[in-house]
Amino acid sequence: MREQSKYLEGVDKKDLFASGHRACGGCGQALAARLVADAAGENTIACVATGCLEVFSGPYPDPSWRIPFLHSLFENASAVASGVDAAYKALKKGPVNIIAHGGDGSTADIGFQSISGMFERGHNVLYVCYDNEAYMNTGVQRSSFTPYGARTSTTPTGNTTRKKNMPMLAADHGIPYVATATVDDFRDLQLKIRKALTIEGPKYIHILAPCPLGWGHHGELTVEICRLAKDTGLFPVYEIIDGKVTNVRKIPVKVPVEEYLKPQGRFKHLFKKGVPTKEVDVIQEIANQNIERFNL
Amino acid sequence: MLKQIEGSHAVAHVVAQCRPNVISAYPITPQTHIVEELAEIVGAGQLDAEFVNVESEFSAASVVLGASAAGARAYTATSSQGLLLMSEVIYCIAGMRLPIVMTCANRAISAPLSIWNDQQDSMAVRDAGWIQLHAEDNQEASDLHVQAFKIAERTFLPVMVCMDGFILTHAFEPVDIPEQKEVDDFLPTFKPRHIVDPRWPRGIGLFADPRFYMETRYILHRALEKSEETIKEVSSEFAKTFGRESGGFIKAYKLEEADVVVISMGSVVGTIKELIDQLEEEGKKVGLLQICSYRPFPRHEVYRALKDKMNIVVLEKCISLGRGGILASDVRWSFPRAEKKDRDISSFVAGLGGRNISIDDLRYMVEKVEKEPVEFEFLGLKEELIAEKDM
Ligand SMILES: Cc1ncc(C[n+]2csc(CCOP(=O)(O)OP(=O)(O)O)c2C)c(N)n1
Ligand code: SF4
Ligand SMILES: [Mg+2]
Repeated sequence: MREQSKYLEGVDKKDLFASGHRACGGCGQALAARLVADAAGENTIACVATGCLEVFSGPYPDPSWRIPFLHSLFENASAVASGVDAAYKALKKGPVNIIAHGGDGSTADIGFQSISGMFERGHNVLYVCYDNEAYMNTGVQRSSFTPYGARTSTTPTGNTTRKKNMPMLAADHGIPYVATATVDDFRDLQLKIRKALTIEGPKYIHILAPCPLGWGHHGELTVEICRLAKDTGLFPVYEIIDGKVTNVRKIPVKVPVEEYLKPQGRFKHLFKKGVPTKEVDVIQEIANQNIERFNL
Repeated sequence: MLKQIEGSHAVAHVVAQCRPNVISAYPITPQTHIVEELAEIVGAGQLDAEFVNVESEFSAASVVLGASAAGARAYTATSSQGLLLMSEVIYCIAGMRLPIVMTCANRAISAPLSIWNDQQDSMAVRDAGWIQLHAEDNQEASDLHVQAFKIAERTFLPVMVCMDGFILTHAFEPVDIPEQKEVDDFLPTFKPRHIVDPRWPRGIGLFADPRFYMETRYILHRALEKSEETIKEVSSEFAKTFGRESGGFIKAYKLEEADVVVISMGSVVGTIKELIDQLEEEGKKVGLLQICSYRPFPRHEVYRALKDKMNIVVLEKCISLGRGGILASDVRWSFPRAEKKDRDISSFVAGLGGRNISIDDLRYMVEKVEKEPVEFEFLGLKEELIAEKDM
């Protein structure tokens, strides 16, 4: 008990994203959205893309958001947020935090053009991407964030491509702030949200948000899985400030990828009678490359 | 003040006089001159607005959606492929009751690629929940924009002002551009209804399960029907303030005595009127019913105006492929079934992809329906370009 309260020290809990929403138990995205809303505070407008988040938190007549919430489509949250930003400038209102929220699909696939436009035009918008590595809302189909080897409903024998590197693509737009985070470190995640909101211009925060339903792990393992994603090197946590990678989280004790893969149903087929197939080596190689690249 | 001016520029100046807070658009012929001119106006500091240069029409529509939801008066313009690319957002804007104004510089749709005029583009989104007003000439196109903001902001319905691409957008005509003060007096400042604002946290664009969705559609449908009153009101307020008739629901030309009535919308009505005058000299009584508001469709007005007319011909620059004339269907449905009159309603499609509609074409059409009704015909088709095996 004491340990948990220490864990929550310095974590904002304002309940701006109320409980009672319809997410699955252990949903990483629900946890992340709450942390984001509470860190950003009341003076915030949320522009949310269609996806699990919108569906579990935005039903009429009882949405979970206690801040203004604007949803229109799957692929336009960035452009809608740009419009809100333009309106605030034109009407000389504000300052206000404008946060666009999208899943990996709405961010990097169908909404890629829209987010690229928002970055390039320099809107004062923070974009938060909830990366659960597939199209969950429509039943766990592959997205361009689906990692190598993962089984989804449209990659039944395992995904053969590697994950698109969205944080780097965001940074290459020349935006002032990019960060990655996970839902096992509340403080770090909220710190990055608060920090981003002090910076003028477009910001991008990429949050690994495990999905028990799509990943096939027990809901109570969501936080642990994030830790494993970091400690294997599969999900590097860092910031990119004005184009420079910084504040890279060092791995305390390196963990083989097997430990990350094994609790997840989506990687089950990579082990034959408990013995890793050569696909696991490929994934280990991806982790090794990350470790080297970011000096994890 | 009367000014010899290109249609697009006239519209841009009048839109600027309406003081939109946010403008966002993406270039597409024949809409480009409108937004280029608006960019000039904003750039020169004559209009205090945010001009958002986006990467697509999809984002242009999404930007004005976001801006309007945040309380801004917002404007966009497009054509053809741009409108189709926007279409998902177009539906959303109406469903969210955002009073956005858009110019559609009417143009054909690919494939084959064609930059020339017809009205297939605005027709493709006719069911989206927008008010659609069609301009006859550049004076009306300009006037309709002033009216459009007022109608939109009174009804909380988005308004699309349709003007024929090139024929109007690129034509130099004398246009009476109002004084800024006149527009300011006519158009009150925008008072939004629901906005995203941290002072009043609320959700806009929530999803609706089957317990609620139908009613949102019913309400939107009724709101569109009810907007008839506002469209008429604003048109007559406009006439009072500016001293000329523009817009409204329908317009008639030499209708009362007519034996044959032509129904159409957009710039082609000019040529139709010319023909009517010619035929009058030849002793023939032909009249015109012009549709100004295509959505909401002036069903009752059409019926009242045509109750006693037995020979009607609908001419339109669009087609429902596999079905036929779209405006013709709307007109046919305007007569109560119980009435059971043996009325002839002929249907002609013309001017697709910028094919010229000559006065001779129209004369042929009228003379043909004088003899017998025409279920459906392409006017001005070049038979020599058509091979049986291609069909
Ligand atoms: C234009 C369009 N295409 C497809 C859909 C269906 N759709 C809704 S949400 C979704 C997937 C969402 O995936 P992601 O953005 O990763 O969010 P998640 O649900 O995984 O959190 C899809 C395909 C849609 N709403 N609109
Ligand atoms: S499917 Fe996944 S992302 Fe969606 S609510 Fe359930 S756990 Fe969350
Ligand atoms: Mg996803």
